[in-house]
This record gives sequence, C-alpha cells and structure tokens, in this order.
Amino acid sequence: MLLISCPNCGSRDETEFHYGGQAHVPYPKNPNELNDRQWAEFLFYRDNTKGAFAERWLHSTGCRQWFNMLRDTVTYEIQAIYPMGTPRPDAAGRTTPDTGTASTAADSTTTGTAAPDISGTSTATTGTTPASTTAPEGATK
Amino acid sequence: MAETAAPATSYEKNLSLRVSPAAQLRADFETGSVRGVVELSEVAFLTMVGLRVNRDSDAGQRIAAVTGGLPAACGGVAGSGETSVLWLGPEEFLVVAPREAHESLGGGLLQALREALGDGAGQMVDLSANRTTFELTGPRARAVLEKGCSLDLHPRVLKAGTALSTEVGNIPVVLWKTGEETFRLFPRASFADFLGRWLLDAMREYASPEVP
Repeated sequence: MLLISCPNCGSRDETEFHYGGQAHVPYPKNPNELNDRQWAEFLFYRDNTKGAFAERWLHSTGCRQWFNMLRDTVTYEIQAIYPMGTPRPDAAGRTTPDTGTASTAADSTTTGTAAPDISGTSTATTGTTPASTTAPEGATK
Repeated sequence: MAETAAPATSYEKNLSLRVSPAAQLRADFETGSVRGVVELSEVAFLTMVGLRVNRDSDAGQRIAAVTGGLPAACGGVAGSGETSVLWLGPEEFLVVAPREAHESLGGGLLQALREALGDGAGQMVDLSANRTTFELTGPRARAVLEKGCSLDLHPRVLKAGTALSTEVGNIPVVLWKTGEETFRLFPRASFADFLGRWLLDAMREYASPEVP
C-alpha cells in the first residue's frame, strides 16, 4: 500500500486515489492534421519507463483534486508531488523526496498541524525520520 | 420516517411519507447499540447543501456571511449556530443544517445561499437527499471506526470539530468528529444500508464482556 501525500489533505492510503496515467501528454495543437498513426500514438501510446515516471493522480475520496507525482516504477519511491500544469521537476534534482511507502518508523503516526509539506527533505528509510509529510489533523495513518 | 400527527395538507402528508436511506435498520440500530459503550443511530433528513465557490471571491464572502464562515483547509469546519460548513475540497464545501432549515419545511437557508451566490462564479446544490447521517457515539466509537478507517483517529491527532472525507469500511464517507466521543458519518444514500450493517457488525463485540 502506497502512502500518498495529497497536496491538500496530507498522507492518505493509496486506495483513496485514482491513477490518471502518464502526465505531460499534451493535446495535439492541430488534431485535424494528424494521420491515424499520430492520433493513435497520442491516444494510446505511453512510455513504459523503468525508473522515475511522471504520472497523474486524483484524490477521489478526499478533495477530488488532480495532482502530478514523480514515482519510481521500480522502487515505488515517490520523488515529488507537484501541481497540475507545472513542469516536471528535474528527476535528478531530488527536490522533494517524500514518504512513498508506509513508514515502519516508530513515529510514523505522528503528524503536525501545518498544511501538507511536499518539500520534505528525507525519505522514510530511516527510523529517525520525522513525519515530514505533515498533514491536517487526523489525516495520516 | 413516518411522523403521524394528522397531516393537514397533502404537502405535509408527502413529507411524512419520506423514508430515510437507513430506515429499515432503525430497529437493528436500537438492538445493536450497547448503552454507554457505543451507540448508533441515523439522523435522518438533515439539510445539506453542496457549495462550490472560491472562498476569497465576492460570492464566497457573501456566502460566508450567510453560513458563518467557510473553512480554509482540509479538516476544517466553520459555521454558526446549527449550520455547519465542512471542507470537502479547495473550493468545495458541504453545508449541514437541521432538517427544519430546508425550504420544504419553511426554512430559509437554501434561498439565502442562492441569493448570496447570485451570479457569482460557483454553484449551490440542494444535496439533502444525497447523503444520510449516522451518529456513532460512546467510549468505543473510535475503536469501532478504527476497524475500517485508515486515518489516525486518536484524540491527540483528530480533534473534535474536524471533518475529513475518507473511507470507512471501504465506503467513501465524510467523517465528522463532533465531540470527544461522537462521530457523524455521511455516507451516500445507496451505501447507507451496507455501512449501517458494517457498523453494527463492528459494534457487536462490545456487547460482550471484555476478555482479559
């Protein structure tokens, strides 16, 4: 089970979300000028990335808002969460690591009261990681 | 919920014939509740209004003046008197008010909200029939919910006066902690029967003596 940090609601179980496929697939500027192959590629052809992959997610049982997520398809590590319409953060920039999976840290149930902070600086791979995905009260597992 | 005081008009008669989404479970709720431990009931026909408006816009401020504020962030509940506004999304709110506030019973809330929104960007929709309300109360209420809700419901984290949209028993609900030991759950009408039975099942063990 992924623990996904919604930009509005804080960390929630993966089951509250819906997957929206690859992010940053622009609608063709002149769709009428595309031939069938180009149109099919726009509609159906997506990257099958091994590694960091930008994808869209919808917090369907929470705030019902879309957001983008940069996730490693091998390790499931969530590297960044960023708003719709913004460019993909440099995959090597490690700007916003996030707790991608349920932490086994003893303090993983603690939470703050601040708005969700998606610019946390560490992943929950060590037992000393504070719950960097601060969330609204009651919003974390 | 049949109210039987000789309806004077066909209009009142129609109201008295309303059936709430979990009406068929009322007797089960009675027998399934463990007095002083955990009790479940349906609070039928509350007036609910879905609002979509930017709270910083003029329309949002006019609406806030009617409802007694709009919550700013996830978990927030605003309101005044018996009218509460629950945060559902950045520009989406759920107004919950007593049933008498509905215009079919002579209340003025819907009309006031409609006028406050005016031609501003947004919408207000009467959602009174969309969801029903379960009230779960008692010292074990949290333990019951914890069987099917992944949020941290411990009182050090979830304070009274917080409402969150989440899942309970795999059913999408708005979970509103109205008191230290009182929760209100707002499942959609078609899920009410399942969730009611799920809660009854989760409450069952507390009718028995605790095994040390």
